[in-house]
Amino acid sequence: MPGLSGRMSTVIKAKISKLLDRAEDPAETLEYSYQKQIELLQNVKKGIADVVTSKKRLQLQEQKLRDQVVKLDTQARQALAAGNEDLARVALERKNVAQTELQSLDSQIAQLEQQQQQMTESEQKLRAKIEQFRSKKEVIKAQYSAAEAQVRISEAATGVGEEMADVGLAMQRALDKTENMKARADAVQELEAAGTFEDLTALGSGDDDIDRQLKQLSSSSEVESELAKMKAELGTGSSAPAGELGAGGPPAGDAAQAEQAAPSEEHAP
Amino acid sequence: MIVRIATEGQYEVGDSDAPVLEQLDNDAVAACDAGDEQGFLDTFTRLIGFVREKGQPVAEDRLDASDVIFPPPDVSFEEAKAEFSGEGLIPG
Repeated sequence: MPGLSGRMSTVIKAKISKLLDRAEDPAETLEYSYQKQIELLQNVKKGIADVVTSKKRLQLQEQKLRDQVVKLDTQARQALAAGNEDLARVALERKNVAQTELQSLDSQIAQLEQQQQQMTESEQKLRAKIEQFRSKKEVIKAQYSAAEAQVRISEAATGVGEEMADVGLAMQRALDKTENMKARADAVQELEAAGTFEDLTALGSGDDDIDRQLKQLSSSSEVESELAKMKAELGTGSSAPAGELGAGGPPAGDAAQAEQAAPSEEHAP
Repeated sequence: MIVRIATEGQYEVGDSDAPVLEQLDNDAVAACDAGDEQGFLDTFTRLIGFVREKGQPVAEDRLDASDVIFPPPDVSFEEAKAEFSGEGLIPG
């Protein structure tokens, strides 16, 4: 069968024969091959640990985003109470972005969970094959003449070698995906860092990069309906302490700094 | 015939099912050559489904080499195209 499947088979066989060519003595071939298998098994374990680390990192980020959603919601209410609708709108837009990010983080975490499970299964499968190879190796060494042993070794090594190549491939793909997620997580973190309260108070001084991104990303109708809901809850012309989050005056700046300094204390989930 | 779906595992497929597999494989290659991404993905999905449906999973303690090895189920069109030239999917 030429083509797709044929090419994969050829590449794998070439890699296995390269592996076997390293040693000429049958007993040496067996030991070398076994050594390689054990190494791969260790690598798979490291790979699993890597995926778990990435998952934990995303979970941490997820928690931060949840906190941010609560914080932005509060800020929107405060801004609205202070009569600054533009500021409230920006806060809600950011909340909208944060919520969208949260959803994509959720699905990424689920994907990593699946990868972790897949790699764990691969590890078990490889372990079973290695165990089989180990016992076969002892039998071959004990029972066969050098010439016969060579044939049987080659059979066993080809079988286990294919499994090794496949586990290697599965691991590489899982780790590549994990890398992509890490890169994305970093990008989100930058966006998060840029979307601080300081920027909100600086509103009116023109759009920065983040604001433009926000406008593209956020669904304005959702923001408007949330704003309307919030207004209704607060009651228009409420008696909330005006000026606390004023329209960009110096006191508002101070409040922003204070808010930023201690975000975790303020917003228990 | 022993068939491996890369990153998934080995299946024992009856000889009577081999012609269908061969046809699907050729169709996948043709779609790939023609730059027909959707056609490739459709055919390849059918191919993988066929192996899973008709094949019996090979026991974990068997050390047999596969007769054919298909790319991973989540192979992308770009990767499939690269299979025909260059390094292919298998890591060094």
